[in-house]
Amino acid sequence: MNVVIALTITGILNLFGSIFNYRKITPLLSIIGLAAAIVFNSLEWNTNQPFFHHMMVMDNYAVAFGAICMVLAAVLIIFYNRFMGDNDHHLAEVLSIIVFSVAGAIVMVSFTNLLMLFLGVEILSISFYILAGLKKKDLSSNEAAMKYFLMGSFSTGFLLFGIALIYGATASFDLSAIAEFVKLNSANTNYLLLCGVLLILVGLLFKVAAAPFHFWTPDVYQGAPTIITAFFATVGKIASFGAFYRLFRLCFAPISSEWSGVIMVVAIITMFIGNITALQQKSLKRMLAYSSIAHAGYMLLALLSPAYMGASAILFYSVAYGISSMAAFIIIHIIQTQTGTDEAIGFTGLAQKNKVLAFITAISMLSLSGIPITAGFFGKFYLFSSAIEGGYVLLVCLAVVNSFISIYYYFKPVIESYFKNSHTDNIIQLNNTETVLLILLSIATIVLGILPGLVTSI
Amino acid sequence: MHTLLLLIIPIVFMVIVLFLKGKTAGYVALTSSILSVVVSIIVAIHLHFNGYFDEFNHIWISSFGINFHVGIDGISLILVLLTTFLTPFIILTSLQKETENSSVFYAIILLMQAGMLGAFTAMDSFLFYVSYEVALIPIYFICGLWGGENRIAVTLKFFIYTLAGSLFMLVSIIYLYLQTPGNHSFEITEFYKLNLSSTQQTWIFCGFFLAFAVKIPIFPFHSWQPSTYTTAPTAGTMLLAGIMLKMGLYGLIRFVLPIAPEAVAHWNTLAIILCVCGIIYGSVIAIRQNDLKTLIAFSSLAHVGLIAVGIFSMNIQGIQGAMIQMFNHGVNAVALFFLIDLFERRSGTRLMDKFSGIASVNKKVAVVFAIVMLGSVGLPLTNGFVGEFLLLMGVYQWNMYAALFAGLTIILGAVYMLRLYKNVFFGEISETSKSISSMTMMETIMSYKLIALIIVLGIFPNLLLNLSAPAVTKLLNLIANHSNMTATL
Repeated sequence: MNVVIALTITGILNLFGSIFNYRKITPLLSIIGLAAAIVFNSLEWNTNQPFFHHMMVMDNYAVAFGAICMVLAAVLIIFYNRFMGDNDHHLAEVLSIIVFSVAGAIVMVSFTNLLMLFLGVEILSISFYILAGLKKKDLSSNEAAMKYFLMGSFSTGFLLFGIALIYGATASFDLSAIAEFVKLNSANTNYLLLCGVLLILVGLLFKVAAAPFHFWTPDVYQGAPTIITAFFATVGKIASFGAFYRLFRLCFAPISSEWSGVIMVVAIITMFIGNITALQQKSLKRMLAYSSIAHAGYMLLALLSPAYMGASAILFYSVAYGISSMAAFIIIHIIQTQTGTDEAIGFTGLAQKNKVLAFITAISMLSLSGIPITAGFFGKFYLFSSAIEGGYVLLVCLAVVNSFISIYYYFKPVIESYFKNSHTDNIIQLNNTETVLLILLSIATIVLGILPGLVTSI
Repeated sequence: MHTLLLLIIPIVFMVIVLFLKGKTAGYVALTSSILSVVVSIIVAIHLHFNGYFDEFNHIWISSFGINFHVGIDGISLILVLLTTFLTPFIILTSLQKETENSSVFYAIILLMQAGMLGAFTAMDSFLFYVSYEVALIPIYFICGLWGGENRIAVTLKFFIYTLAGSLFMLVSIIYLYLQTPGNHSFEITEFYKLNLSSTQQTWIFCGFFLAFAVKIPIFPFHSWQPSTYTTAPTAGTMLLAGIMLKMGLYGLIRFVLPIAPEAVAHWNTLAIILCVCGIIYGSVIAIRQNDLKTLIAFSSLAHVGLIAVGIFSMNIQGIQGAMIQMFNHGVNAVALFFLIDLFERRSGTRLMDKFSGIASVNKKVAVVFAIVMLGSVGLPLTNGFVGEFLLLMGVYQWNMYAALFAGLTIILGAVYMLRLYKNVFFGEISETSKSISSMTMMETIMSYKLIALIIVLGIFPNLLLNLSAPAVTKLLNLIANHSNMTATL
């Protein structure tokens, strides 16, 4: 509970930044607030403490997912300050929205009541709608916000409708009560319940950007400021998957035969659409948007695997994906601001201009495409193992096909930066904090790739 | 512990090399590779005379039952020796000319050496997979950064091709892992104990076969090979042809034969037909090549095809022949590429029609080339002969006609190699040939060493055969037991 309180206080303090004119220190304030929240979060480890009349529980699953979201948000705020800080009059408000959305993410991964799920999804989503439209004078940013808002609220409607139907079937919002009901009645088909599950599934598949509910993703990801896109693609996705897995494992596992077919088909379509469309993208930002769709497809595999492996697999994958994806978006942002293009040409000759940045690009791309010894490889390995354990060998073979399709586009920036010589003499610069942070992200990627036990053993 | 040392030496030196510049980096890398040679010889002596099996086992990822388990038995030893013996030659060849970013170049070569040694010594299949891939990234960068024209497309194709194959191997490995009893284990020896049904074996066979067929390469999975060999810088081609493709052959022996013997017995007809097609196809295309490097690339396709046939014939002669021929092919390929690089360095071209009459300009190089060529063709008393003889004997026991067609490799090999020799070394002295009038001291020493290897192994093949014999016998017993067991069931 302390986590949510700390985050909320930070958010409110930030909000007053403009009024009382301490806008300049709000980034620092947010970082301190997030750090405090991370500390509170880790104190909850192994306590399994329920809060708010059993509407939330800080079990280890929630703590782990919460920690990833907060760390990624902290990284993002440091970069946000650098990229937007100087000419942004709404710094305080934006930061407070970001912090609030993290609070939403925490609620989403720790709910034990469907109302809290809805609340968390809404806190996160409404913040996201605003963030997408941050560049007020930019047409595509406006488009992104509008599109996201319309589609998002529509899908939230599905979610809410599903929750209502489930309430109708089980007479409870509480996950344990629903789980009990489902377990007792798993033998006979309850159509009301199944409809509810299906509608919730649609709502959540939209949030994780799985095909065929992915149409908003590329436009929103491209239109929003890159640094915000990084936030959507990492924190947004990880929190949504946290909620997704939690709900379906805790509640609907006994009737998995009813929904696993749907998940399987969706996973296949998502992987293929994401990867094949990403192949044709010129804009790297859009490419990463499609690739994030593909990653959602891989992560859906975890829902099909046995419970004792799935949670850990999806957690590890989230960490690996979050770190590398964050690094990739940040690099694209740096390149975009300094060369004026977000296409692969911007990376040409990067290895000569800035060795560190080129190396970090290579590491994050290798990790995203799942090459050993990076975290991304072990994440995929873990997901594939758990899905094979669940009996989905063929599905894993398709995922493997997708894995090597993805190499083609992930290697584009690497090839540009290492194998081609630059024709312009743009100098790509980084300040020390950024360099250190990006290097830390790369080191984390490699360390987790070599010693995945650090995460899997928890 | 020596095995661990073998892996640590290149990695430690790699880090040192990264901080050095110019040729110093190369000489330090050379020191590292020579140290590896010494350690590998010590391992060989221990294994051969004391029967001492050198291994190192440490828990890596406990929750998955993954261990950092490396060890060297007879089969691994041959390939470890191959890797450690060839790396100094590869580094020396590169030292003959200036390389851009030399520190990175030599560091990458050492990393690759570590990766390949890791794959050859891994006793844990997860470690094998990781090493198999770790060896791929350095070669990708070697070809991409220092390669010739069109390198970007060629290397990307190579990378995706190889990775695609190996990912199916990963699926097979995970599947096998989940079949192991109890807490599951990635130990290769645990995989040997599994009782798989023939359907399961078939799928496992397919997964592994795809990975290794791309790596070896077996026809029709070879299309990455000639272009990559041609484009890669000489060191890269040597690494690829000399050592890396042996990872595929090694994988066949280590994984496919003992884990899925029934499937091999069932599918080896198809595999052997493919290999034989590759042998003939590679040889015929080699006859028409003008670029020397491409010619050797296609000839290599034919040679490794024969080795794969030997392995699939599943008898002692075939596998022992494969063991020794893997070593010999590595030596011969490196020697040939070294000589071609020697030509290219001096004349700036490697097209056959630009050269003629080198024998009159430089007798030394003509003799050296002749010996290497004869080794490659498989003349008695050179190393190639023993290997090809054993391989063909193995195939003959499996099927006479297969041996007949596979034997074409010797005839066709003689055709393209002698054609090459005739065009390049005899006839009128061309302008380009004049540039190859001398050899430096270093080149002479290197050539003599390579020739010594070729002749010594031709006369005393038992040096290698005895090293691998116990392990190969053990492997075949394992397969025999496995099929008996299924027969009694």
